[in-house]
This record gives sequence, C-alpha cells and structure tokens, in this order.
Amino acid sequence: MSGLAMPKPDAETLRRRSEIVADMRIIVPGEGVVDAANAMRAFESDGLTAYRQLPLVVVLPETVAQVSRVLKYCNDRNIRVVPRGSGTSLSGGALPLEDAVLLVMSRFNRIIEIDFPNRIVVAQPGVTNLGITSAVEQEGFYYAPDPSSQIACSIGGNVAENSGGVHCLKYGLTANNVLGIEMVLMNGEVVRLGGSHLDAEGYDLLGVMTGSEGLLGVVTEVTVRILKKPETARALLIGFPTSEQGGQCVADIIGAGIIPGGMEMMDRPAIHAAEDFVHAGYPLDVEALLIVELDGPGVEVDHLITAVETIAIRNGSTTCRISQSEQERLSFWAGRKAAFPAVGRISPDYYCMDGTIPRKELPRVLAGMRELSEKYGLGVANVFHAGDGNMHPLILYDANVPGELDKAESFGADILRLCVKVGGVLTGEHGVGVEKRDLMPEMFNQVDLDQQMRVKCAFDPNHLLNPGKVFPQLRRCAELGRMHVHRGQVAFPDIPRF
Amino acid sequence: MTTFTPTTSDEVLSTVAWAGAEETSLEIVGHGSKRGIGRPLQTEHTLDLSKLSGVTLYEPAELVLSAKSGTPLADIEKLLAQNSQQLAFEPMDYGPLLGGEPGKGTIGGVLGANLSGPRRLKAGAARDHILGINVVSGRGEAFKSGGRVVKNVTGYDLSKLMANSWGTLAVFTDVTFKVLPAAETEVTLAVRGLLDDAAASAMALALGSSAEVSSAAHLPERIAARVAGGSLGSEAATLLRVEGFGPSVAYRIAALKALLGRAGPLEEISGEASKAIWRDVRDCKPFADGSEKPVWRVSMTPAQGHQMVLTLRMQAAVSAFYDWQGGLVWLRMEEGDPEAGLLRGLLRKHGGGHATLVRAAPAHRAALPVFEPQAPALAALSQRLKQEFDPKNILNPGRMA
Repeated sequence: MSGLAMPKPDAETLRRRSEIVADMRIIVPGEGVVDAANAMRAFESDGLTAYRQLPLVVVLPETVAQVSRVLKYCNDRNIRVVPRGSGTSLSGGALPLEDAVLLVMSRFNRIIEIDFPNRIVVAQPGVTNLGITSAVEQEGFYYAPDPSSQIACSIGGNVAENSGGVHCLKYGLTANNVLGIEMVLMNGEVVRLGGSHLDAEGYDLLGVMTGSEGLLGVVTEVTVRILKKPETARALLIGFPTSEQGGQCVADIIGAGIIPGGMEMMDRPAIHAAEDFVHAGYPLDVEALLIVELDGPGVEVDHLITAVETIAIRNGSTTCRISQSEQERLSFWAGRKAAFPAVGRISPDYYCMDGTIPRKELPRVLAGMRELSEKYGLGVANVFHAGDGNMHPLILYDANVPGELDKAESFGADILRLCVKVGGVLTGEHGVGVEKRDLMPEMFNQVDLDQQMRVKCAFDPNHLLNPGKVFPQLRRCAELGRMHVHRGQVAFPDIPRF
Repeated sequence: MTTFTPTTSDEVLSTVAWAGAEETSLEIVGHGSKRGIGRPLQTEHTLDLSKLSGVTLYEPAELVLSAKSGTPLADIEKLLAQNSQQLAFEPMDYGPLLGGEPGKGTIGGVLGANLSGPRRLKAGAARDHILGINVVSGRGEAFKSGGRVVKNVTGYDLSKLMANSWGTLAVFTDVTFKVLPAAETEVTLAVRGLLDDAAASAMALALGSSAEVSSAAHLPERIAARVAGGSLGSEAATLLRVEGFGPSVAYRIAALKALLGRAGPLEEISGEASKAIWRDVRDCKPFADGSEKPVWRVSMTPAQGHQMVLTLRMQAAVSAFYDWQGGLVWLRMEEGDPEAGLLRGLLRKHGGGHATLVRAAPAHRAALPVFEPQAPALAALSQRLKQEFDPKNILNPGRMA
C-alpha cells in the first residue's frame, strides 16, 4: 500500500475486541459473525486490490432488526462500521478498517416483490444487479443500469455508488432508476425514502443517499423501476484515422438528436490489446474505434443506423461495419467488453481511472495523456464511454518493479487533475472511496467540502460509518457549526440595496 | 420590509450573510409563480432573484446548459427550441392553476420545486437532470456541488438535496442542467369512453409493452373537455403519448392500436394538437378555474390511484384526473374542505406516497401541513439537515412545515 493515511485505529476498541465479537454473536446468532483471521481474509479488500486490511470482525446480518441493533450498539460505543455489498468497488469504498466492524449485506439476497403493472421490483440489497433482470426477463423486462460487474455487484452497492454502465446515456444511472429505499441510520433508526411512487416528499434524501458510498446509512431494501426490453439492437463499428474525427462524429450524432443505447470509443493501444485477445475483427490501422449501438423497434433502429452511417462517413471514417445479426453485434462488443482483461495480458498490472470530461475536450485530454505517458514512462490504453464523456484510461505498470505502483498512482492523479482542469470531474462511476479521496480538493474548495460534511453530520454526527473514505480530512461536526459571518463583520453593515 | 434585488451572486451572498447576522428572515422568490404553495410566509424581507438572470453556457452538442437562477424558464425553453432541444422533464407551469399569469417561473424555481410534467414517467423530474449548482446557504456560505458533465459521482449529490427544498436550505445562484434533443415526431393515441379502472388496465398494458410510451394520462368524462380548448370533446379520454423519429412513432402507434383495439374506440392525435393536450395536462388546466377550491397533487403507486379515488368519492365530493399512468392524481375538493386527514389516511392504505395541497386558501395552508408529513425518524433527519444549512431559519421559514 502506498502512503494512504487511514483514520488512526481506536485503541480502546481494539482492546475490547473479544467482548465486541461476543456481543455481535448475541445480536447475530449462528454463522453470521466471523472473527478468525483466515476466514476474514476473504473480506480484506474490494475491487481495488492494492489496498488490504483485515477488519475488527465481520458481521453478516440477516434481518433489518439485526442491522439496526448492530449499528446502534456501535454508535453507543463509538465503534466504527464499514458496510459492504459484494465488494466489487473499484475505489476502495468497502476497504475494511482495523478497528471497524465490517457489515456484510450478502445474506440480504431475496427479491421481495415483482410488480409488472407498476413495473417495479423490490429487492434486498444483496441481490445482484443481474439478479433483478434475471427475475423479470422471462416476461421481457430488465433493469437498465448495467455496470460491467453486474454479474457480481449488488443492488445495494449500486445505490451506494450510483453505478452506471454502458447504457446509462439513454437509460440513466442508478439514481434515475431507483424509486425507494429502506435504510438504517448509524443510530439504529430505520428510515424509508420514496417507495413505489415517483419522487419523494420533502428533501430528496434518496438522491443524496444514491452515490453516498456507504457513509450515510446502510441500505436494507431497494425498489427499482424495470423496463420492457427493446425489440431489437444493432451496432455499428466505426474506425477513424484520428481521435478528433471520432470525437466529432460523437458530437454530430448527438447533434442530430440521436441518443444511442450505447456509444463507446477505444484508442489504438486498447484496440490492439482487445483484438490480440479476442480476435473481434477490429481494424488495426485506426486511431479511434467507435461502437454505436441503437436499440428499439426494428424500423427505428434501421432508420438510425443509416443516419449514423452517414454522419460517420461525413467525419472521415475509414471503416464502418453494421451488424447484420445478433452474433455480429455481440462480436463488436466482445473486444470492448474484454478490454480490461486484454490490457491485463499485455501488462503485468494496470490501474483503471474514471474521470469524466466535456466530450469536446477529448482530443486535448488524449494529447495530455500522451505527454504524461512519456513523462512517467508508463503506457496507457483508453476506453471511453463516448456518449457521456466518461473515460477509463488504463495505466500499464508492473507492481513487481519497485516504485512503479507509486508512479502509476501519480500518473493517474495527474490525469484526473487534467480532467478537472478542462471542466470535468474526478470520478464518473467508480466513486471516490479511498482512491480519489485526497484528490477531492482538486475539485472542491474547503467551503464546498464542508457542505458535504454537513450532510454527513446530519446522518452520522460521530463519523462512525465508513470513515476514511471520500473526505480528505475529517472535521468534527462541532467545528463546522460556526457561522461563517458574525454580526458586525459583514461587508455591508447597513442594509444592502441593489 | 425591504426587497433585495441582487444582480450578481456576490450580492446574493452579502444579502444572505447580512440577514444571518441580523437574524432576520428572507422570502426567496423568482417570479413568484409558485408563491401560493406551502405555508404562508411572514418574513421580514424579500430576496427577489428575478434580476439574477441570463444563460451563461449552452453547448448543444454537449447537451448542457447553465443559467443564473433567476433566468426565465420561458427564455431557456425558447433557446433550446431554436436548437431542437428541450428540458426533457417538461417542467409544469403552476401559473394558471394558482390564478397567475402563464409562462412565468424561473429556472431556479424549477429546481426548488423539483418540477416535472407528463414525461416524468419516462424522462424523470428536475432532480434527474440537474448536473450542478452554485448556492448560498442560510449560513451565508457560497458553495458548489456537481459539475457540468452527465456522469459524476464525485462527492454527495447536493444538487439533488436542493431539488424540492422550496428555498428552505439555500439560495440558488447558478444551475446547470442536462438538456436533450426534442422529439422529431409526437403522436397521442386516445382510447375513448373508459371508466377509471378500465383506463388503469389499458395504461398498465401500454406501459408494459415495448412501445416506449412517454406519457400516460386518463381524463374522465367532463374533465376531458377542459383541455386543449375542448378539442377532445367531453367523453373520457385515456391518452398515450409516443415520441421519437417518424417511422418509429408510426410503428409503435400501430403496435399500441393492436394491443388496445378491444379496450375502446381509438383516436390518433398528432403534432400541435397532441402538444396542446399534454401542455394542459401538465399544467393541471382542468382545475385552473380561478377559484380557491383546494387542489391536491398526489404521487402514489400507479395502479392504486383510481382505487383510492373511488374510496375517497364515497366520503367527499371530488373531481379527479390522472397522469403518470395513474401514479399522479390531481384532485379538486368540490366542497371547499381540503379533507387532508381523510385523503392522507386513504393514501397510506393504498400503497403510500405523498399528497401536496398545491392550491388552497391561505387559512387552510396555515392550518394544515401542505406537504406530506414524514415519519418521525425521517422528519428528524430532515430537520437536522435544515439545521446544518440554515441554522437560524432565515430562508423561507416555515414554508415546508
């Protein structure tokens, strides 16, 4: 692990470990408490495997009442808690802490209700993203957000991270597809936000909870909207001599009023790695490869395929293939979907970044990345959710070479700084977690961060839930309480009139 | 009583900071088009944002627009239309219902009230399209959240927190919204003569098909005549809107016709005639009668809407129509009593949701909770948030109480 500072473990909690474990066994009887080091090893990291830490104890509750009691117990005794779903976070959101209970929600794995007339599914948080679609696909429905980890990632984790996926340009992120949740606050209170209706009453706390990375509450139930599957989907595979042309093609497609179901771009290193791996038939003489998928009724898809093809040719595409069968469509995607493991074949390790930029800045950012690549002496391959400007640069390095991980992390940080500089953000879908925590000040000043901390204080004033994540420094809630401006110190002592 | 009319965000900041230091309250208004919603305010001063106006960034190819919070919604919609784009969530105009002028309202008010329209069903509400904000909290702190890109999970989404906060947490100075292409073609299929329960079934069937219906409303007999200048006639109309590219719309309308052929007589309404109907459904035109008869906006489980109304009718005289497949029920209480307890009790028995008393005489609004009361733990959490952002309760105090 490189120099990542986590909150200092609480000596008192560590000293009382056996007592805490015993109390957890009373709250969650049976197999639900794991305290042996070798058994806890499975939980020591999430998808960001560079960071590892054994927790104080692993607790796997089965009921909402147990979650509530665990949290209240910990809240009363000042014990930290890290919630975890399937552990697929790429930003270290579920990284354990030495002095924290790891609250694993995997036993909340049942679907509670399927309601076709209202097109909703109510699921426990440990149900996988794909599990929801599997439950309704026989009737032709699906759950739209499709993070690439959908076979494993949990719907509760999707809420925590506001997960996206290839299709979110057209169908929205988790936040746009979740109607309600039940959650438990750190003080043990159970709160319901939203339900099977649209919009919640009062402040949009559901919107705040979605993407809050496990710092505000533990989700115990999720109500999502399901959609009817589009009748057909076809894709175009378009190659361009320059990334500028590819970027302009994307802008023109959107300018023509077309919102594709998916629109992905790859740069030359990613194209070559993917083609070497899965032999998808990608052209190797192009700088940018665009996959545009259109879905809907057949007549619509045919109509739009023609429109997109025309736009591609106008932008100087050198190759443009249109899928003629479902098999061919899947083959276009095969390379893109295998891009990460493909890069894994050409480099001992890679580090995946997740910045989002205004699309028009793509050429500038790619050029900046090439310069950084030379500066750091590390390769980089790019896959890119072109429709919404979400980039996934993969930095190639070898962890066995001393200093390369640090170099890769510095390279990554510089890429994210560049994203922010051109009007973008640090993370589009992977979350801040521990990974980008210390970069938050690149995007937010202290006053901005203080407001986020105020939300935290309303939910968890003692900073016990998932501490060390998202915020570069923890400020005591009482320190935030001071008014910014005091009587007699304002700029206009008299009533200002404009 | 002073009205402050800032023209810059710095002036907003110094006004709010001054009010905080003086512990004096401010009513936050744009055009005042929604002033009649919420508990009546008794503030000492008014912060009028209507001069904090102007689009600051519009990049059609990036699908993004930023504006100062007092920018007229009408100006923004006009600008977008010039580029064949729109705010896809179709923010409603409360003016006609509340006895005001139509076409008023600011972009800040759109977010503060989390407005939406019939397309809410498919495209979401203001909360689903807001990308970033600059605001001044009740503490007199200017801050930002979010950004200008669609995909962004960097920190808590405070933009959504501000949606539906009705000016009680912070004063917006700048907002950035996602914009989308306007549909090339729009056709509405009307099924005529259905009773509420048959309409609910027809809408569920249509929404459960792959026809990508973007809006589904049911106007019972007599209500139907009160939209689009009476062009629909008085017979009940169950309306299904399909939008998109021409060939696709034609195909999907044909599919819907095949699906609903036995439900009742079908009519196709296209173009401007269709738009006029949905505009009036959006703005609750059937109840825009110039009166102060109480009007409720009820968001609930779609298939339960008509059942709740049926039960309600046994105990009170109401007019009702439905949007969002039945999940948005508009109710006018014909005898003048809002019947808040009765309605909210029935709502709880029909799957829950929230009922907002969007029109009522000031005396009723002062005496009743206009917004749906929250369960104790949730109410306490909301109160803690209010305390964090506006501890001296100077911004629209009591409006959401």
